[in-house]
Amino acid sequence: MSSSSLASAARIAVRKSVTVAAPVALAFEVFTARIESWWPMASHHIGDAECTAVVIEPRPGGRWYERGVDGVECLWGQVLVWEAGRRVVLVWQLNAQWEFDPAIRTEVEVSFTAIDDRTTQVELEHRGLEAYGAEAAAMRDTFASPNGWNGMLDHFAQVTGATHARAAAG
Amino acid sequence: MPTARTSALQARRFAALGDPTRLQVFTLIARSPLSVAEVAERLPVSRPAVSQHLKVLADAGLVQCESIGTRNLYRPDPDGIATMRDFIDSLWDVGLARFKAHAEALARSRAAHPAKEKT
Repeated sequence: MSSSSLASAARIAVRKSVTVAAPVALAFEVFTARIESWWPMASHHIGDAECTAVVIEPRPGGRWYERGVDGVECLWGQVLVWEAGRRVVLVWQLNAQWEFDPAIRTEVEVSFTAIDDRTTQVELEHRGLEAYGAEAAAMRDTFASPNGWNGMLDHFAQVTGATHARAAAG
Repeated sequence: MPTARTSALQARRFAALGDPTRLQVFTLIARSPLSVAEVAERLPVSRPAVSQHLKVLADAGLVQCESIGTRNLYRPDPDGIATMRDFIDSLWDVGLARFKAHAEALARSRAAHPAKEKT
């Protein structure tokens, strides 16, 4: 059974769409080359040390990884499709314990469409989440821990609230 | 303590997926719900053996059996996948909100200094 047939069978996905007041080239650049400017690094990194960088190497087959203050690089996955300024497909191989796991293979596809010179529609699909079926049970145990996912979800709520508050204020 | 029970269950789950054939069975039904006969058709394993593997997976809380008409279909425990889906959903909500804020700030800054763009 090839991985492509598994990928085409993928049905469980998260889809998001956001309109950004920025030219399409800039939106693409911020999403990829400047990912560390917006990725919630404080909470979402896998290394032991504090995370200082998130890198997407700009080519098919490129690595997607984080680097800690200790210099250690932790792989998240790789670049499957790289169409500069238009579309990128990333393979995300983090398991429910937020560790790199080659057995997990989910895909994040992001496309950038110019609405006009200064506005971009960004569509994101994170698919293949049925890969977490095998992880389901172990994950619930992780969630039950106060330092586990419930804690992180609380943090999400705070960050999201803060972002909305800023947006409302600005 | 629930901790001991939880660990025991977790150990059983890992053990359940530790068997290569059982992992294959699980991978198959993770792609689409299947009956015992349908799993047996796709793997070089007898129906009784498939039944036994599914029983171990079910006891470990990894799969559920659902009766649809006359068919008993096995599928992964949907709660776990749903939890991960919700988690990733939240992650991208946060991430994209931050992404939008940064991209727009940079766009404003570049618009305010167009000379830099034209060089």
